[in-house]
Amino acid sequence: MASLRLPRLIRAPGRRLYSAAASPSSRLNLPIDYKSTPLLHHTSSTLSESLELPGSATSKSMNLYQAINSALRTALTKSEKVMLFGEDVAFGGVFRCSMDLQTEFGSERVFNTPLTEQGIVGFAIGAAAQGMKPVAEIQFADYVFPAFDQIVNEAAKFRYREGATGVHAGGMVVRMPCGAVGHGALYHSQSPEALFAHVPGVQVVVPRSPSQAKGLLLASIFEHNNPVIFMEPKCLYRAAVEHVPNEYYTIPLSKAEVLKPGNDVTIVSYGQPLYLCSAAIAAAEKALGVSVELIDLRTIYPWDRQTVLDSVKKTGRAIVVHESMINYGVGAEVAATIQDQAFLRLEAPVKRVAGWSTHTGLQYEKFILPDVARIYDAIKQSIEY
Amino acid sequence: MSAYLLRRISRNPRVLSRIPQRWSSSISQRPGSDRVRFPGAVNSKFTTDMAFINPSEMTHIPTYRVMDSDGVLLDKNRKPAGVSNEEILTWYKNMLTVSVMDVIMFEAQRQGRLSFYMVSAGEEGISVGSAAALTPDDVVFAQYRETGVFQQRGFTLKDFMSQLFANCHDNGRGRNMPVHYGSNYPRMHTISSPLATQIPQASGAAYALKLESLQNPDTPPRIVTCYFGEGAASEGDFHAGLNIAATRSCPVVFICRNNGYAISTPTLEQYRGDGIASRGVGYGIDTIRVDGNDIFAVYEAMREARRIALSDGGKPVLIEAMSYRVSHHSTSDDSFAYRARVEVEDWKRRDNPIIRLRKWLENEGLWDEDTERTTREQLRKEVLKEFGEAEREKKPPLREAFEGVYEELTEEAQEQMKELKRILETYPEEYDLRQFKDGINGL
Repeated sequence: MASLRLPRLIRAPGRRLYSAAASPSSRLNLPIDYKSTPLLHHTSSTLSESLELPGSATSKSMNLYQAINSALRTALTKSEKVMLFGEDVAFGGVFRCSMDLQTEFGSERVFNTPLTEQGIVGFAIGAAAQGMKPVAEIQFADYVFPAFDQIVNEAAKFRYREGATGVHAGGMVVRMPCGAVGHGALYHSQSPEALFAHVPGVQVVVPRSPSQAKGLLLASIFEHNNPVIFMEPKCLYRAAVEHVPNEYYTIPLSKAEVLKPGNDVTIVSYGQPLYLCSAAIAAAEKALGVSVELIDLRTIYPWDRQTVLDSVKKTGRAIVVHESMINYGVGAEVAATIQDQAFLRLEAPVKRVAGWSTHTGLQYEKFILPDVARIYDAIKQSIEY
Repeated sequence: MSAYLLRRISRNPRVLSRIPQRWSSSISQRPGSDRVRFPGAVNSKFTTDMAFINPSEMTHIPTYRVMDSDGVLLDKNRKPAGVSNEEILTWYKNMLTVSVMDVIMFEAQRQGRLSFYMVSAGEEGISVGSAAALTPDDVVFAQYRETGVFQQRGFTLKDFMSQLFANCHDNGRGRNMPVHYGSNYPRMHTISSPLATQIPQASGAAYALKLESLQNPDTPPRIVTCYFGEGAASEGDFHAGLNIAATRSCPVVFICRNNGYAISTPTLEQYRGDGIASRGVGYGIDTIRVDGNDIFAVYEAMREARRIALSDGGKPVLIEAMSYRVSHHSTSDDSFAYRARVEVEDWKRRDNPIIRLRKWLENEGLWDEDTERTTREQLRKEVLKEFGEAEREKKPPLREAFEGVYEELTEEAQEQMKELKRILETYPEEYDLRQFKDGINGL
């Protein structure tokens, strides 16, 4: 093991040799400083200002994986029907999300499955159809495709085809780490939310922060009787740290959140790119003297069209930002809806800032995915149109 | 799964030592032992004889049967199955009902009165015989050629016909193709067309039953039964479902109907091993092969499989029931395009689960030609009566097209319903709504 650790010692601090470094002259594309971003509750005092979070007496500073772990612990405590399984879940999970849960709740409710994604999701559907609340983990969203048939043809259609028997698989949640991490290349970077958003019958959720992840995950398990695809931006697992209420609380699905009010442009995004949007907005507001409204979609489908339309009708301009490919992505649906229902209020074409229509080649990630410069540029172009 | 993961673990070796699990690899190799102690095979003997295992040289798994094709018990000292004659007569009538309904509905499809149908000819014994060994609390996942399971578990002719005509009494709300039956209790999950998807689902449902009885010891012991054909067993979901059932010790009985064909594909193009049964052994699952034309053998195997499934806190079992698909695959298939008519005729004449049981009943003095004729005529009348009534019933209201996608109608769906209504009102001559309950107001 010592030899494996050696490269860490010689690596320059804060710089990773295997991912393209920021340009030394960068003014926009700087690393996100999660310690100062306005999107996170750095102290417990701001928690109570958030309408959806409980004004909790007790909260704890935690990162995203710890918040997921806290949500899962809360869920397993709250109901005996909750069970947790997937590949390598028992020892704590490869991202530590299920840490200590098998010890606390037993190997009957928290366990490893054989390495088979279609089996994991099929197993979850069967358990849910019998009234359980299975929380299945797919190790990386990139590996969900073997389970695509089970999700699309089975989980999503279960209630519809059962009809009057009243049987459904609504108790299930499929969690999966998603998104880029700087060096995940083709199969540890994907964000397949748009593929699931094309499937009636499932709800698709992407949280942006620890406090949100806990509330949305608990709502997915307990408050929505539909199969939920819960995608966790894995680069936030350790990076995003904020105060999270200790108690049980939920955040409603299919409801967007206006993160920052503004008058001139609306930016719609979700997950990790929200931090890039926030940085780009700060730069644009300073340099261009504009006022930008930032909306976190949170639930990709069925999505909160009203909040987005209300905002665009006010600002007259819209930009949609996401990591996954621009072609047929979430931005296409949002832009088309805006065009259809806010046409007369639009003062510029709806812009989409998203991943290029290619694969995430290892060395090219920084050039393929949206960054602060591209979002900044989109704001500028929209304003100047 | 991934190199990424390996790297994560190697960077953080401490996590490995915290795993609260039994480590088969910790069994150390004793000096001079005659066995290998690799973690992946803890009880394998060493050999210096380099011999590949050749499947063709292995003894094939035998087929369990209780009576021969003349309906004569092979062990004459034993009463078949340990069930009453009355019960055996209901099995016979249930097989007959399925068979009579099949002929009528197949013809109805040919006349264009039904969009689609699939008969069970030759396989009635497997479904009726196995279902007879279940309790109403047991849960069934089926493929589509298990009409006898529904019949045996109380599905009525009205239920069948409502589903086939997708009318307003259909459990599936007119959403599914014919033959995709479903019932809440006794629970038989609504059939879905994608093959083998129900196999891992059955494992998950069985695990839920096991957990439920652990958490609430007062619940009656229950198992899940999962049916599929030998063709479906080639799907990845078969592998996933059996493997996960074995590793999680699920009380589930898998029943493979091996009828020789998957549409046009004969078994020689489906697999080269010893059928499906030989695979069960590979997954560490208790396995048996039975004569699917012998309803006593199927019933007895299922009854014992149910007992095994509930033993040791839960255990999967595999039954491979051999039979022959006498009919076409479906109404969309003409099987004489890929197999000889004479082969089918031969099977029809030579062996068949209904005729075999009838011979046994006749030998016992429980049945005769007259009873056969009047029973068939009676069943025919009942089927035609329900057929006529179901055909005349209205289809479900149009809103059923949108409801049930989610627990609640989404705002988007409500908008789309409104838009559809506007279209229907603007172009009334383009759509015939008379068939649908409440017409345009059904939206």
